Amino acid sequence: MRLARVALIWAALAAAIFVPIAAAAASPLLAWRNAIYILAGFAGIIALGLMLVQPLLIGGYLPGLSAYRGRRAHHWIGGALVVAVVVHVAGLWITSPPDMIDALLFVSPTPFSPFGVVAMLAIFAVALLAVLRRRLGPRKWRIAHVSLAVVIVVGSVVHAILVEGTMETVSKAALCALALAAAIKVMADLQVWRKRATSR
Amino acid sequence: MTIVVLNRRNLLAAGGSVLAAGVSGLLLPARAQGLAPTPSMSGGANNYRKGAAIVDRIGKGGFWMSGTVRRAGDGAPLAGQRIQIWAHTTEGQEHEPQSHGATLTDNDGKFRLEMPQIIPIFGQPHGHLAYDSGEFKTVFLRPVMRSAKDTSLEAHFVLQPV
Repeated sequence: MRLARVALIWAALAAAIFVPIAAAAASPLLAWRNAIYILAGFAGIIALGLMLVQPLLIGGYLPGLSAYRGRRAHHWIGGALVVAVVVHVAGLWITSPPDMIDALLFVSPTPFSPFGVVAMLAIFAVALLAVLRRRLGPRKWRIAHVSLAVVIVVGSVVHAILVEGTMETVSKAALCALALAAAIKVMADLQVWRKRATSR
Repeated sequence: MTIVVLNRRNLLAAGGSVLAAGVSGLLLPARAQGLAPTPSMSGGANNYRKGAAIVDRIGKGGFWMSGTVRRAGDGAPLAGQRIQIWAHTTEGQEHEPQSHGATLTDNDGKFRLEMPQIIPIFGQPHGHLAYDSGEFKTVFLRPVMRSAKDTSLEAHFVLQPV
């Protein structure tokens, strides 16, 4: 029974991430895109999938992973998220330099661009702070990371929903809803906004 | 929801601004019918290649780009104006030469050019149009299709003499 539950949770997670990827792989738009543009698009979809995994790891919701291993995986996947975002932006830059430059300068006509750019900057900021976390101390680090995580998840979800691309609408909406729900749950469970270590 | 607060201060401010707008409207010289020129859209000039040839059709066609060109102020239709059109289509990316073509307006200031089906690029199905011939101020437009399945798109120019 317990084994069935473990298998079910992992299967559901795999489906939430790989069904959108498979659906995008079947998009008719791919026929008119070159390899770099396709790669850039899928890097974005993978980044969205990783964003669902991150809160699940840190909240310890994935059975079979110790807290230590969950935390380690969270760090590595954080790094992978940075790489995915860099590939996404670089690939789109190569595809159409003026459109990417407009987006990065916040003068793009597309409403989803600023959400994506802000989320990207927040991801880079978390990665930078993670490197410096010992100097920050646990309390400052936690507040900074959680605040930026809110920006990342909300920005990425709005960005993804507004983009009309290769992702299939229903699977995209489901993945976005799950990523949002996972982030809210972990923040509630870990009481991340609570003041800790207050002297009495 | 917006809550409108009616108090003396707000009423005075609103009344004052209405009065100011009205008076300045009366004092300014009357602009002939006042048809404002079309401003360029942000991103409109992206992947523009100056001087694409005037063609009967871009590629194999199947999609219609149409619109009008008028003069700012009196709104008179402008005949013989060169409008350049480009987009990411089933036959090429935005920057590629085969994705570009130009056409001229007829005596009613209307233009219409067949081109390959536009497909979403950079998250939006959109086309690009340019007026860039020098007689009037240059205008770049970037209309967005309501649906990626649409087989036509319109864009309208109101040009301002240089």
